Amino acid sequence: MNIAVCVKQVPDASEVKIDKATGTMVREGVPAILNPFDTYAVEEAICLKEKHGGKVTTVTMGPPQAGDVLKHTVAMGADDVMLISDRAFAGADTWATSYTLGLGLKKLDSLDLVICGKQAIDGDTAQVGPGIAENLGLPFVAYVRKIVDVSNGKMKVERLIEDGYEVVEVSLPAVITVVKEINTPRMPSLKGKMKAKSLEIKPLSAEAIGAEAEKIGLAGSPTKVMKVFSPPPKGNRERIEGTPDEQAARLVEKLKGLKII
Amino acid sequence: MPIIVKVDICVGCEACANECPFGAIKMKDEKAVIGDKCTLCGTCVDICPSFAIEMTDEPRSAPAADLSAYKGVWVFAEQRNNKIVPVACELLGEGRRLADSLGEELSAVLFGTGMDVEAKSLIEAGADRVYQVEDGLLNEFHEDAYADALSQLIKKYKPEIVLAGATSIGRAFVPIVATRVRTGLTADCTALGIDSENKNLLQTRPAFGGNIMATIACPNNRPQMATVRPGVMKRLPADTGRTGEIIKEAPAGPLASRTRLLETIEEAGHKINISEAEIIVSGGRGMGEKGFELLKEIADMLGGVVGATRAAVDSGWMPYPRQIGQTGRTVCPRLYIACGISGAIQHLAGMQSSDMIIAINKDPDAPIFNVADIGIVGDVFEVLPAFARKLKELKG
Amino acid sequence: MDYFLTDTQAEIQNLARQIAREKVKPVRAELDEKEEFPWEIMKVLAQADLFGLYIPEEYGGFGGGAFENCLAVEELSRVCIGVSVSFAASGLGAYPILLFGSEGQKKKYLPQIASGQRLAAFGLTEAGAGSDAGGTRTTAVLDGNEYVINGTKQWITNGGEAEIYTVIAMTNPAKGSRGASAFIVEKGTPGFSFGKKEKKMGIRSSATRELVFENCRIPKENLLSKEGMGFLVAMKTLDKSRPGIGSQAVGLAQGAIDECVEYARERRQFDQPIISFQAIQHMLADMCTQTEAARALVYAVAKFIDSDPKDVSKASAMAKLFASDVAMKVTVDAVQVMGGYGYMREYPVEKMMRDAKILQIYEGTNQIQRNVIGTAIIKEAAGKKK
Repeated sequence: MNIAVCVKQVPDASEVKIDKATGTMVREGVPAILNPFDTYAVEEAICLKEKHGGKVTTVTMGPPQAGDVLKHTVAMGADDVMLISDRAFAGADTWATSYTLGLGLKKLDSLDLVICGKQAIDGDTAQVGPGIAENLGLPFVAYVRKIVDVSNGKMKVERLIEDGYEVVEVSLPAVITVVKEINTPRMPSLKGKMKAKSLEIKPLSAEAIGAEAEKIGLAGSPTKVMKVFSPPPKGNRERIEGTPDEQAARLVEKLKGLKII
Repeated sequence: MPIIVKVDICVGCEACANECPFGAIKMKDEKAVIGDKCTLCGTCVDICPSFAIEMTDEPRSAPAADLSAYKGVWVFAEQRNNKIVPVACELLGEGRRLADSLGEELSAVLFGTGMDVEAKSLIEAGADRVYQVEDGLLNEFHEDAYADALSQLIKKYKPEIVLAGATSIGRAFVPIVATRVRTGLTADCTALGIDSENKNLLQTRPAFGGNIMATIACPNNRPQMATVRPGVMKRLPADTGRTGEIIKEAPAGPLASRTRLLETIEEAGHKINISEAEIIVSGGRGMGEKGFELLKEIADMLGGVVGATRAAVDSGWMPYPRQIGQTGRTVCPRLYIACGISGAIQHLAGMQSSDMIIAINKDPDAPIFNVADIGIVGDVFEVLPAFARKLKELKG
Repeated sequence: MDYFLTDTQAEIQNLARQIAREKVKPVRAELDEKEEFPWEIMKVLAQADLFGLYIPEEYGGFGGGAFENCLAVEELSRVCIGVSVSFAASGLGAYPILLFGSEGQKKKYLPQIASGQRLAAFGLTEAGAGSDAGGTRTTAVLDGNEYVINGTKQWITNGGEAEIYTVIAMTNPAKGSRGASAFIVEKGTPGFSFGKKEKKMGIRSSATRELVFENCRIPKENLLSKEGMGFLVAMKTLDKSRPGIGSQAVGLAQGAIDECVEYARERRQFDQPIISFQAIQHMLADMCTQTEAARALVYAVAKFIDSDPKDVSKASAMAKLFASDVAMKVTVDAVQVMGGYGYMREYPVEKMMRDAKILQIYEGTNQIQRNVIGTAIIKEAAGKKK
């Protein structure tokens, strides 16, 4: 199977601290990592390759340093990478990002499957996976928690829904997004790390993928960010003191006041 | 480069560097330098006290079409097993408010056969009109068939605003629609409003797991589309006297899908949809397996459900569908009681927009208290049993 | 301290550290409590290519040496030596094949060991043959094209879990230690079975079992080297592997220091963190100094071994002896620094202290190490020209 995995470089949420005085995020010195949901996508692609043969290519759009997350995927076992990088892509929303990644994916030969993580932990939109499917004109299945079977140009998957899961069959090639439940991502291997170390990544420009200027970057993005702000400060409004019994009693009173009991 | 720092004006105050939500601005020789991480969000332009940062090049995308041709607010009324999901009625409540302030009509879009009673209930919940696409394929969810049906309707009727629930169905197929009709889509909104100047829809959503908020508009494309987090908007009381128009809509051609639903399995742990729960009693690593039995008891008495942190799920005390946080579900119940949860940022991301948060933890400096409305510093194994006893007494 | 590792060595260290932190640390207490073999972790180490560090590339390994292996063992040991011994013991089983195997034997077995697909183990000790290897009672008799093995090996690390065993048996008991030979025996060979898993004081997640041979017939070509070479095979193997025990000791000591420094910064008595007391600082200072000295010696010896010198017995014994004594002392002190908390199973240092003891015992007790060093001193002095 020829599989492409779309990945994103994001700030490491576990390193993000909140400034207690201002209630804003402190982002200085926060390391960039491979989006955690994408690690499941990469793992699943490698598992499929191990089972069915083929090749795994990881693809990202971002600044040149986003090549680091591609190297991480190579250390895990990806065969090839594609970095789509150009100042012209800056400010892309999910529409423009899907379009751009779609053009990059079209340059890969005979793809059987595109896997994306459920969403990125910085934007949390979950819109690029389905957007890519539409750009490629491929069927799409969201929130896959298990790939049951691949045979005869079809794939059987279990997809998470609110109150359980659905077993869905999809014709290949297709695009899917995967959830955490699907696997446990492997550690990088030593040989993979050495391969990643020596890997030279040549970025593809807007021109190289044949992007139309009015569909990429800020200009190509229908949505505009009007304002970014910290959520209104919350918390520490009230503390209930006393013995456990007193605390419990006060809590019950509070909940009565809120008409919850 | 559409964003520049005017070096001669920049006083090196670092205000932009401190406020940049993407950490893209560095100081060099006491001047701000914008790096590659910049997403052109414009925060620095607004914040700069010296007006030294400018967007030099207005976005090039001109209005894609005559925007005034687009009229009306639409709500996608999601159904599962022929039942309208709660968020659809919440959106009709919010949609009513938006439509009234625009002086336009509110319509609902309903998919599937045998849904006449439900169509009527959408009118009662605030819709002026219901577009009902009756096709057997739409009784079940298929990304492509749903996307085809909604795109066709949008192209035909040209609504100004389209809202859908940020459910697993909404978030799976609405992005396909937005991509196809070449318009913007804002995910998982928690507040909507109308810009008084230009009547654009202002869509506010949390990002970075709720640590920053962004207000987003879609000025040059129509419709303006958003998915909205369940439980945030308020539904209107059902008005059985309301009347409206129900339009049965046939798809342009027979709908088809490249996916086939083979089976639907409800799981015990899944039966309760934690994203729609009104009251959640949640536990972390500090609770232990036994502790979760206590939480269940309390949740039952309050009419709520039990949630868990990733650590508790990884320990096998609760199933994955109950996991709340970045790698689990996002919830916003009326009441969230966090028991023995320290408040790792990944957990806060999934619950901090809850209406009322009560935290019980023995560490007074636990980050959970930073988001809690009411904090109780104490041992969960002392406070909770006392709380459970008091609840029992009340119930008699 | 900076030991000026190459980029590759630093990668090995980082990878082993990451696995130790993310995969081993969360489960170490449970593995100890349940005395459960860490198969999941073995799979992770295999996937990460760490089993082949010291095996040449032509046999599917990474082509490093004893030093690279020591770096990985140290990082794993910093978190749990029950896990690291299961990893390192596979190397102990592989060294006889690497050092003395024929090309065919190397081609057959080393790639499987290097990939971690199959674990190896080394069978030397018997009930009556511990420090005195000459007391070996297990025999191997040539019968046509097969050797027939009879006897019981005792306390074999990875016993039952490993699939490839190198075993020492007497082919000519009359010749004493010169009558011993080394053989490769695969799990599943008829007549080869295992005793029950031993209950141990420490390193409880590791598997320790008897290897029982009852008319176990193996092909003649499973003989390593020649008949009569068995003890040489064993001694050369141990020479290579002892710095690995030294690395376990250094890692374990460092892990104990990590835990108790962290604790001493947080624990408050008399209104101040206990680390501000000189009594604690002096204990920590000694613990750190001794551990760093042990590390410097182990690294130096491992690099010395990798230079392929003629005789490494003395240096190798010194590394094992010094580092394991340090690990014992440092872990005892770590428990002391943490006081009552240190004694509780809720904290990891009591396990570290229990685990440390084996380092002074296995692969030759520290008394035997002193004998080895003593013998070497005599030989060196005798060989010197007056």
